[in-house]
Amino acid sequence: MVKRSTWSLPYLIFMVMFVVLPLLLIVLYAFQDGSGHFTLSNITRFFTDSDSLSTFAVSVEVAIENTLICVLLGYPAAWILANRKLNRSAVTVVLFIMPMWINALMRTLATAELFNMLGFTLGKGTLLFGMVYDYLPFMIYPIYNTLMKMDNSYAEAAEDLGAAPWTVFWKVTVPLSLPGVMSGVLMVFMPTVSTFAISEFLTNNKIKLFGTIIQENINSSMWNYGAALAFIMLIIIGITSFFGESRQDEAEGGLI
Amino acid sequence: MTNDYIIDIQHLSKSFGDVKVLDDINFYVRRGEFVTLLGPSGCGKTTLLRQIAGFIAPDEGRILLEGKDISGIPPYKRPLNTVFQRYALFPHLDVFDNVAFGLKLQNVPAKEIEVRVKKMLKMVSMSDYEDRSVDSLSGGQQQRVAIARALVNYPKVLLLDEPLAALDLKMRKDMQMELKEIHRKMGITFIYVTHDQEEALTLSDTIVVLNEGRIQQIGTPADIYNEPVNSFVADFIGDSTILNGTMICDRRVEFMGHEFDCVDEGFGENVPVDVVVRPEDVYIMNQLEGAQFSGVVQSCIFKGVHYEMFVETDKGYELMVQDYNSFEPGSTVGLLIRPSDIQVMRKERTCNTLEAEVEDDKHVNMLGCSWECEVPSEFAPGDKVLAEVAFDKVDLWDNQADGKLGGEVHFLLYKGNHYHLTVLTDDGDHLWVDTNDIWDKGDLVGIDIAPSDIKLRRRDG
Amino acid sequence: MKKVLAKCYIWLLLAMLYAPLLFIAIFSFTESRVLGNWTGFSTKLYTNLFSGGMNGGPSLLAAVENTLLIALIAAVFSTILGTVAAIGIFNLKGRKRQAMQFLNNIPMINPDIITGVSLFLLFVFLKFSQGYVTVILAHITFCTPYVVLSVMPKLSQMNPNIYEAALDLGATPGVALRKVLIPELRPGMISGFIMAFTMSLDDFAVTFFTRGTIGLDTLSTYIYTDARKGGLTPELRPLMTLIFLLVLVLLIIINIRRAKSDNIAK
Repeated sequence: MVKRSTWSLPYLIFMVMFVVLPLLLIVLYAFQDGSGHFTLSNITRFFTDSDSLSTFAVSVEVAIENTLICVLLGYPAAWILANRKLNRSAVTVVLFIMPMWINALMRTLATAELFNMLGFTLGKGTLLFGMVYDYLPFMIYPIYNTLMKMDNSYAEAAEDLGAAPWTVFWKVTVPLSLPGVMSGVLMVFMPTVSTFAISEFLTNNKIKLFGTIIQENINSSMWNYGAALAFIMLIIIGITSFFGESRQDEAEGGLI
Repeated sequence: MTNDYIIDIQHLSKSFGDVKVLDDINFYVRRGEFVTLLGPSGCGKTTLLRQIAGFIAPDEGRILLEGKDISGIPPYKRPLNTVFQRYALFPHLDVFDNVAFGLKLQNVPAKEIEVRVKKMLKMVSMSDYEDRSVDSLSGGQQQRVAIARALVNYPKVLLLDEPLAALDLKMRKDMQMELKEIHRKMGITFIYVTHDQEEALTLSDTIVVLNEGRIQQIGTPADIYNEPVNSFVADFIGDSTILNGTMICDRRVEFMGHEFDCVDEGFGENVPVDVVVRPEDVYIMNQLEGAQFSGVVQSCIFKGVHYEMFVETDKGYELMVQDYNSFEPGSTVGLLIRPSDIQVMRKERTCNTLEAEVEDDKHVNMLGCSWECEVPSEFAPGDKVLAEVAFDKVDLWDNQADGKLGGEVHFLLYKGNHYHLTVLTDDGDHLWVDTNDIWDKGDLVGIDIAPSDIKLRRRDG
Repeated sequence: MKKVLAKCYIWLLLAMLYAPLLFIAIFSFTESRVLGNWTGFSTKLYTNLFSGGMNGGPSLLAAVENTLLIALIAAVFSTILGTVAAIGIFNLKGRKRQAMQFLNNIPMINPDIITGVSLFLLFVFLKFSQGYVTVILAHITFCTPYVVLSVMPKLSQMNPNIYEAALDLGATPGVALRKVLIPELRPGMISGFIMAFTMSLDDFAVTFFTRGTIGLDTLSTYIYTDARKGGLTPELRPLMTLIFLLVLVLLIIINIRRAKSDNIAK
């Protein structure tokens, strides 16, 4: 009989072909010049070009701000939704999840048009507002999930040991829901840095994010520099997801 | 009040939706006592404990702690602590911080916290584990930490919700001994919830037996075991054979087709009763000489210390017998039961008594539907009457659709030569049924009653 | 009091979230080419949308068609590949299993733009001409991990003996697979399929980089190019409104059915 473990082979081949190899190609192109020779100039160009650097800084700033706002707005919402005393209807939960199912470009476009009609100048403010619109559900959902799955007996145990409701919230509920917050952050932060269409719509292309300059370079056939920028982003992803994951494992392991 | 009751529970009732989980519960706990709430799952024991802890508010009744009503006080202000069923240790804190959690909230100075936590961890033999994360601990170790976390606050009462249920048998036995020891050392009152009758008998000073939201019996382990007040308690605690009998007169009872001397008095003459015989109280011997009755051994199984045998008696009843000697299946044996080992209990009911309403001269309405029956001429349509149906006159069918209404077998009791079932109808009414057919708990049945078996009588008052 | 505050907060957030969608929905019932300019009630945009008689010509409808077709094909292939892969990975041990799971995570952690750019470079490198095939391959790449993730829990929930029981009762491995294994995995496969389908529908960046220059448009890329050209095709408004309603109805039906089955389970 054929061993069932061999069934993973087709997928392995597929993944090597369409995931590993393409990522290696990013690295390859990042360290090549137009004629295929090894060079570091693409990388050094990024670190010496003030435009690229400032775009990068703006992206990270916007991403941090967006993530923070999403946590601050989303956590209370998730907490209320998961609280049986305050919310009994599944419909409100569905209403919060629903935007996740609708094409992000469509939603962003609608938001931008609304801003236009209301007469707001498109810029940093509208960008942040729009980003929060787009990503808030992605923050609320994982937090809501962790809170729903959380065993009520932890809160009861804390109360039993003398913790008033507010103390229970800060000392037990919040620490135990951190894995949910972490995955929310991962779902919001990296996409914010890397998005291009959304920022273009929301600022009328006034503010460029990191994703936009990657897109522009690739589209204007400057593959090597585009690949170098993508390579830099890959490194950031590697670092954040490494930190995110190790912390998540710790907290999640604790939940079981 | 100057009694020494640390907890006094008065007329406590609680319903979840239409289901009455607790019905007029009354009992008290003395200072320093080890009290166990014992009952099958769903009997309301955990609900009762959670009301004492403050997680559920009672619908009616009061809970007094040292004479003061604590019903309206939230759990975090009650000087009680709980050991939860699945421990509920905080996964984000290590062992030390888990135990220190309550003390920190009371703003106890750090030095004192350190001393008390260490002392408590030492008491539960977990001294070396202070810095360990709780999920690296085994079930038994987590249990110890949970106990330390509750006791370190010196609660007036420690509430334990099936704390040993998740442990394996050997660990459970060890922890039972340790719990008993901790109780002795600390002198704190324990209220302990379990469904394990052996655990209750081992640990408790007093046992409160609960079933279907009502207290069945309160007593010491010996009381409960030796003198169960009804067939539920007798069946739930230990092994026993429960039989229908008749109290002929004081100190004389008839069951299994024979008359026996007993020690019970005051039942009246020729009164139907339930009789409990513990299997270890039946004397079994090879000769018939000196025996009260005889029987044929049906099966014999070695149980480690004793043999367990089922004997068919000369009048066709099945009796469970335990003895240190084995008897060959098929052999005829003599049997004897001493007067003091016969436990006679008043029957809770001798037939089904149902509230009914006369519809016309041929029909009554009861149990939520219309039944054909012989309506005596003294009753007019619309009269509210009582219908009596003998236990053995209720017919049960395999298929719910075959009966007039559907029901579920809720509880069953083997009475030597037939089964006595409690059937819960679809509308939530109880029917008691004697049958020779074999049913299991949870079986869905169709219920039918022949017209001639419904006897109507006037309601009192 | 607390309850009122909580409710207010929730509904305020929802109002914020839905304002743009409502805005679009309202202005789908007027003819004006400029958004926000109400020129009286009309369903002309709706009839335009379906008759194809609009400025953008039939390209909007074609984009919708492409989107659905690509999503369907990608979801079917992902479900097959992902289910087979999940069974394989589940039967791997130790390091190998960890490695496969790590590999499976990469496309999910990667932002769309990285997936898009890297696949773009792959097709350029292999001199593979870009079009339907590359878009579908790309979609399978980022959809399959979700199928694997939804099938895996079903495998671990499954009693490992039931497959052996089937063999013991005389089923050949093939029959046991069809009659025992697949039915057990079906719920996971279905939710994986739905995930894959919606991920594909939702995608913009990956399609954008792998569609090549043959003029292939999905709804997302259509909207993007349209918006960059300046004006927004007015017929997009009724389309968005319809999609919005469809998703809402679907979600409500799913939730009601789930609530019902929960009740029955009780």
